[in-house]
Amino acid sequence: MNARFVRLAEQGRPVVRLKVDGEPIEALQGDTLMVALLTHGPALRQSEFDPGSRAGFCLMGACQDCWVWTRGGERLRACSNEVREGLDIITRQPEAIWPLRG
Amino acid sequence: MATARMNTHRIAIVGAGPAGVRCAETLVAAGFRPILIDENRRDGGQIYRRQPEGFTRSYATLYGTEADKARALHDSFDRLRPQIDYRPDTLVWNLTPGQLCCVSQGVHSTVEYDALILCTGATDRLMPVEGWQLGGTYSLGGAQIALKAQAVSIGHRVVFMGSGPLLYLVASQYVKAGASVAAVLDTSPLGHRLKALPKLMARPGLLFTGLKLLAQLYRAKIPVHLGISPLGVLGEASRGVSGVRVRRANGETLTVACDALALGYHLRPETQLADLAGCRLRFDEASSQWWLDTDAEGRTSVSGVYAAGDGAKVRGADAAEHAGRLVAMALLRDLQQPVEATHLADQQRALKVMDAFRLGLAEAFPWPAEQAGALPDEAIVCRCEMISAGELRRTVSEKGACEVNRAKAFSRVGMGRCQGRYCSQAGAEVIAAAAGIPVQEVGRQRGQAPVKPLSMLTREVTP
Repeated sequence: MNARFVRLAEQGRPVVRLKVDGEPIEALQGDTLMVALLTHGPALRQSEFDPGSRAGFCLMGACQDCWVWTRGGERLRACSNEVREGLDIITRQPEAIWPLRG
Repeated sequence: MATARMNTHRIAIVGAGPAGVRCAETLVAAGFRPILIDENRRDGGQIYRRQPEGFTRSYATLYGTEADKARALHDSFDRLRPQIDYRPDTLVWNLTPGQLCCVSQGVHSTVEYDALILCTGATDRLMPVEGWQLGGTYSLGGAQIALKAQAVSIGHRVVFMGSGPLLYLVASQYVKAGASVAAVLDTSPLGHRLKALPKLMARPGLLFTGLKLLAQLYRAKIPVHLGISPLGVLGEASRGVSGVRVRRANGETLTVACDALALGYHLRPETQLADLAGCRLRFDEASSQWWLDTDAEGRTSVSGVYAAGDGAKVRGADAAEHAGRLVAMALLRDLQQPVEATHLADQQRALKVMDAFRLGLAEAFPWPAEQAGALPDEAIVCRCEMISAGELRRTVSEKGACEVNRAKAFSRVGMGRCQGRYCSQAGAEVIAAAAGIPVQEVGRQRGQAPVKPLSMLTREVTP
């Protein structure tokens, strides 16, 4: 799938490797998880309430739209957590989906 | 006596943006050592947010017209840091009289205070448009953070829609950074701006900066449309945004293809902590939203609780710096500490000018309340839990819920993960329109702890 975010500068930073849904990806040191994920794909998670995928909204820790999960089950706000070497991120909601629409 | 008091009086400031930093600076100069608690990892607030360690863009690149102010604030903070008790990456999630409940990196702690100064800032003010829940729609402030803090564009082809000075600032920052901007769509018509000119002349320099930004957009051949009415964000659930449709001022329908939308209508204050402290709020007619009811220097209705910056009254970053100094002087005077009269008068004079200017802005870029009443029933009001305008209207028509908190209980608009930050004001407008009463009569969503979600793993560490 196409990346959503486009890097415009600051691309000389060291590479950090992490996994997203089991697939290895490369990010740059200082990237938020949101930037790491959205420079590789179009979304961060799926909505609990409809078939739509979500890609964050406010980027300042206010809307909570960008939660992703670690394989251990911890929930991380993607806009305010930086990438770390070896992180194992899950974007598929571990809880039950409750599709009210669609 | 004075010295003993200075050593024992515990002053907590929440927020390290322009208001909080200037407030701390004034208190340090008077011999105090305030506790400065900030949710961000670095100082500067949202407007002067610092890029992460290891990023190398210059102040001019990062902050453009605001570079000097950003650098001055950061330099002040760096000088201040050894003289304050600075606690970054710390969320104040609740408070009781004299005590703040904080969480930092999953660990809960409490901070006791004798005086509290809330410099909590603001978030984007949003009006829903059909389809805004699609992935790829971001708040205008969020679009700016993506660029400033991470050097990315929110999309390959970005539309900026809404109203207010930030719309032009962020769009021109995107152009300058090399991002592709498809259009700037402003709901405010030209006539409003011309009418507001006398008030905007209160700050001719800033007005000129605004015109310069507009000229930059025209020079870059970015289509700028004024007086538009948003009709919908186009796209498909799994792939997200593919376009934006609006009605132009001349009645034509315009569709702009894009893969990202930055949306916002100026700002709303973060008043939850003040609300929990029992501070009174009042309805500001000019901006049509609830603000903290403070006196001219920043004293709230609760003794010992003060507020400054956009979290109290949305007047922008420059005003926040003055208000931060002024609120510190108010506290000093309440503690019978000496305050330099000319310094005090300078802040008051500057704020008077900014008050006049903000009234001009409110007139030039009005909150488009009428859009809420015109939203189709299918349009989503609550993005968090996918609750539609029709569902919210039915709580009014079928259950008689003409008050925001009652309607929230029935509909869950305002109860999702954003806790009403992005839906509650528009929700109030939907309710008011459905009930046929003025928006101030439907009330405002009350603040609740925790003011942001806490992890189940949050733990308390006993020293």
